[in-house]
Amino acid sequence: MAEATGIEIRNLYKIFGPDGETMVEKVKAGMSKTELNEDFNHVLGLNDINISMPGGKIQVVMGLSGSGKSTLIRHINRLIDPTAGEVLYGDEDVCKMSARELREFRRHKTAMVFQKFALLPHRTVMKNTVYGLEIQGVGAKEAEERAARWIARVGLEGFEDYYPNQLSGGMQQRVGLARALTNDADILLMDEAFSALDPLIRMDMQSVLLDLQEELHKTIVFITHDLDEALRLGDRIAILRDGAVIQQGTGQDIVLNPADEYISSFVKEVNRGRVIIVDTVMDRDNKLEGGLTIPTGVMLEEAAKSFADSGESKANVVDASGTPVGILTVQDTITAMVTPASH
Amino acid sequence: MDWVEFPSLGRRDLRDLRLAVDGSFKEFTRAYGETLESIFEPLKTFLVWLESLLITSPWPLVLLALLAIVFVMSRSVKITVGSMIALLLIGYFGMWEDTMRTIAMVAVCTLVAIVCGIPIGILMARSDRVQALVNPVLDLMQTMPSFVYLIPVVMIFGLGKVPGVIAVVIYAIPPMIRLTNLGIRLVDTDVLEAADAFGSSAWQKLTNVQLPLALPTIMAGINQCIMMSLAMVVVASMIGVKGLGQPVLQAINNQYFTMGVMNGLAIVAIAIIFDRATQAYGKRLQKHSEVVHG
Repeated sequence: MAEATGIEIRNLYKIFGPDGETMVEKVKAGMSKTELNEDFNHVLGLNDINISMPGGKIQVVMGLSGSGKSTLIRHINRLIDPTAGEVLYGDEDVCKMSARELREFRRHKTAMVFQKFALLPHRTVMKNTVYGLEIQGVGAKEAEERAARWIARVGLEGFEDYYPNQLSGGMQQRVGLARALTNDADILLMDEAFSALDPLIRMDMQSVLLDLQEELHKTIVFITHDLDEALRLGDRIAILRDGAVIQQGTGQDIVLNPADEYISSFVKEVNRGRVIIVDTVMDRDNKLEGGLTIPTGVMLEEAAKSFADSGESKANVVDASGTPVGILTVQDTITAMVTPASH
Repeated sequence: MDWVEFPSLGRRDLRDLRLAVDGSFKEFTRAYGETLESIFEPLKTFLVWLESLLITSPWPLVLLALLAIVFVMSRSVKITVGSMIALLLIGYFGMWEDTMRTIAMVAVCTLVAIVCGIPIGILMARSDRVQALVNPVLDLMQTMPSFVYLIPVVMIFGLGKVPGVIAVVIYAIPPMIRLTNLGIRLVDTDVLEAADAFGSSAWQKLTNVQLPLALPTIMAGINQCIMMSLAMVVVASMIGVKGLGQPVLQAINNQYFTMGVMNGLAIVAIAIIFDRATQAYGKRLQKHSEVVHG
């Protein structure tokens, strides 16, 4: 499968209200969300969003409720029309597509998974899964063959003839995932897809998604309000507040260098041992003679476990070929795990 | 000034107004009456055909066919056996032919109401403006005493089956339209958004999502429509529609108590049969939503 195309969001504004066009100018001139709301009765949904979502990677958009994250994801397949700005997929601007082009784009290039599953209650698991293909006009037999593969892949084999109501939340969302994957689209949009699930099932689904992504390499946009989830899934993370991006980068970037007070307050609660990799902490200037080795890219928690198991207090960090690239000490490991970074 | 008497249009002016309206309507009737009648000709042919089919076929066949329909819809032996007893009693008390006429009439009226009502309901659900326009018309149709709109209908079509069908449909179609509209408007917006996200066209959304999910509500509309058609049977008999309504009308005029009660009970019996069968069918349509994951 060819590498998936990325998505470029440029200067995107969304203002809810009858006269968004005029209001955009005011917001560009520096008017705040509160002012806009109180003086003009318009709601600032998205404020100058610029995100470059890499192809074939998972881009997480994180924010609390009301931050505009669900509004943002709906601009990518234009379930919501922007007030100003561009959403580029390759060299096409989604915002400029005609109704017909947009329908084709939605049918073939995107698939979406919803927080509340949004399955068709009157259709069985199989009939729900073929929905996207049915809309595309794929024949029933071929559609069911393709769907059956994905139903099995998400672990729902044997449930093809069940109705959504007969399944648990986790299973329903597996149907949602199978329905989206069956579409075989480049872009997978996941709007708080796992937020409604129990913690254990949520972890489980995250693993399912990561496994799938390893073979599929789709461009996934994943919305969440949970930083742990964001750090676990995201190749890149953008944090949204009041409709604006306040920081974006890799999980490491955000945990180690939070951009402001707001983000550091989130980051404080994170299990740093599972986010920071040894490369960030090690001393690159020295090498050990023999002794314990730890591969690069390993999380601190895992490194700590190696120390505990071996009883050593120092280890060589080695790259894929086994060449040492630096030294890691127990002291540094523990310090990095328990000291939260401030901005 | 005299505040006791309401300042009304003079008696002469009122009479002129009435004459003018009546006159122009009469002219309209003369000019277009035949055209209108010919439009409804196929409907009349169909009704006559159905009626004679029910009456001239051997009664055991008709009985079996009716019971088969009831069973297919309800999948309930209890309802089917109940229907059989009711129909046998009706036949035994000599009301078989009238009952068949009424069933034919109600079937045709319901069919017309479904064919006209569902598209109107869909249009209403799609546009608030259409809803605002149609709603008062429906209010009018439901509250206007039926005798009032019988006048123009009879003027155009004369006495007979077609004006009967029109009068019954006017009375029975509003719940059909309203419940179709309601059913579609109540469809979960999340599911609609999902349909959009997968690139559904408006037609695909209607046929895959909106109509199937509104179907239980639409079935309730059909049920109401049948009940109201039956309620109109006696009124329709006043403009020459044969069936169970006519003996009731005769009974009223001549104070034949037993005759009135018997035919009235026959109407009630077929109402219950129709009601139970359509309700059981509607319930079966919702089967998927009943089994809930524990």
